[in-house]
Amino acid sequence: MEGQSPVQLEVERLIRVHGRNRTALMPILQELNRAHSYLSEEAMLCVSKELGVPRAEVYGVATFYSFLSVRPRGRFVIRMCRSISCAKQGKFHPVTAALMEELGISFGETTPDGLFTLEKTNCMGMCDQGPAILVNEDVHVKLTVASVLEIIDDYRRKAKAEGFGKKIA
Amino acid sequence: MDVKSVRGLVGNKLSFESVSADNGLKRAANMTADEIISQVIASGLRGRGGAGFPTAKKWEFARSEKGDSKYIVCNADEGEPGTFKDRLILTDFPDLVFAGMAIAGKAVGAEHGILYLRAEYAWLRDHLEKVLEWRRSAKLLGKGLFNNKYFNFDIQIRMGSGAYICGEETALLESLEGRRGDARNRIPFPVQAGFLGKPTVVNNVETLAWVPCIIEKGPSWFSAMGTKKSPGAWLFSVSGDCKRPGIYEYPFGTSLHQLLEDVGGEDAKAVQVGGASGLCVPPTGFSRTLSAGDLATGGSIIIYGPEQDMFDVAENFQHFFADESCGQCVPCRIGNVRLLDAIRKMRKAGLDAETERTLRQLTSTMRTASKCGLGQSSTKAFLSILDNFKNELPPVVGEAKATAAAE
Repeated sequence: MEGQSPVQLEVERLIRVHGRNRTALMPILQELNRAHSYLSEEAMLCVSKELGVPRAEVYGVATFYSFLSVRPRGRFVIRMCRSISCAKQGKFHPVTAALMEELGISFGETTPDGLFTLEKTNCMGMCDQGPAILVNEDVHVKLTVASVLEIIDDYRRKAKAEGFGKKIA
Repeated sequence: MDVKSVRGLVGNKLSFESVSADNGLKRAANMTADEIISQVIASGLRGRGGAGFPTAKKWEFARSEKGDSKYIVCNADEGEPGTFKDRLILTDFPDLVFAGMAIAGKAVGAEHGILYLRAEYAWLRDHLEKVLEWRRSAKLLGKGLFNNKYFNFDIQIRMGSGAYICGEETALLESLEGRRGDARNRIPFPVQAGFLGKPTVVNNVETLAWVPCIIEKGPSWFSAMGTKKSPGAWLFSVSGDCKRPGIYEYPFGTSLHQLLEDVGGEDAKAVQVGGASGLCVPPTGFSRTLSAGDLATGGSIIIYGPEQDMFDVAENFQHFFADESCGQCVPCRIGNVRLLDAIRKMRKAGLDAETERTLRQLTSTMRTASKCGLGQSSTKAFLSILDNFKNELPPVVGEAKATAAAE
């Protein structure tokens, strides 16, 4: 195990869980993406080598799916549904504006403290309860300006409890 | 996360509530593959993902293929805008789905099941894993179901990563194999060579959930709902401008009028049937029925009230398709972007006759030449909006020059 980087160790652990074959590529990338909020070049190269999948194909897969990212993102990725049923519900635009104002960023951006990334996403299947957002894997529905601010505060508290800010500093 | 907290409204009594998943499975365990398939044929069950292919036919094809390894894949990549029935089924009735997969396995001769769950529903995963675990311990899943050593069937959950195209069955299989979700050429069909080249049945969540119900209550219970041509009932996902959005079950042959009355959307200006790749129906069409012969659908109903700007809808959907096109074939990759540009332009400057002709040509090319269902159906919403609501566009600015956005 000597001389192995943390990424190599992590990829090896994932291969033990998911197997050393092509069908394991997605689950492995998904777990790496989940743990680090994105797929680093080092991680992709390591997966390519270990699974024997050409690096171009690993990159091809990593960039095809909208929930995988090859650029660093925040600890919490907020995805706002932009499809018609959410977008036409009364509070959609105020909620969108409140999110941007509270976080001080636009869609596609990450807050300077690395806590939040704001993205738009296509229909997430909460059309009867919009406007809706996903924060990492959790869904929040029937948003109002007040409730969305509360949700952001909850995640801030969660990050604080994790010692998130300290890690960065 | 508490999955029930986002369950939403169920507007009427669902057939699934009156069925116990494992009565059907238990009966199926004592039936031959032929008997199971003939029951499903007699019921007239068709796929609930949108294409409406007869379920038993798929199973028969896969069954007739040689090979010791076959797969049953449950397509839970419910991505059509306005569709959320599978979310409710996986929340409230996951046992029905898993029992349906095991019955399909028995009918086809498959021992492996895979549930492909969309990334947007990752919050459902723990809930589903718990149900799977319980079923294994109750001998309803795994090795030797009902202690019958010849009945083996297990299910694993695999996640999507945010790609609408992966709801298309061959793109889904590519994704399962660790590739980009690029649709495959048919032939071969997945039932011949699917996951890892093995015979594979891909069925929608709702399709599979109906299977144990049909086996328990008999095919005539199912076919008695609905019409002769479209037997059975369907779950509809209703959203948009209405008082009671949620999930509603209707037998086939129900009119849009009836549905609008039940959900409190009587003043609708239009109804989108079948999601972004479906049709926009104006009030003159509200007496049309939801059925295979008339308005075929994946169960998505979006209601537009009197205030709705219909070209806002067209732009939203077109943006969706430009975003979600996998980029593999030219008509879809370029066509959807050109169409989006054109819609944005016409919303500002109107639509002259020559541009309209060019755009209609473009849509016809996309319909005929696109490789898969995405590009083939992505123009339907725009065309039905153009046909019925052209008067909502602003007048053409200045001289109507033939500056087709699509040239």
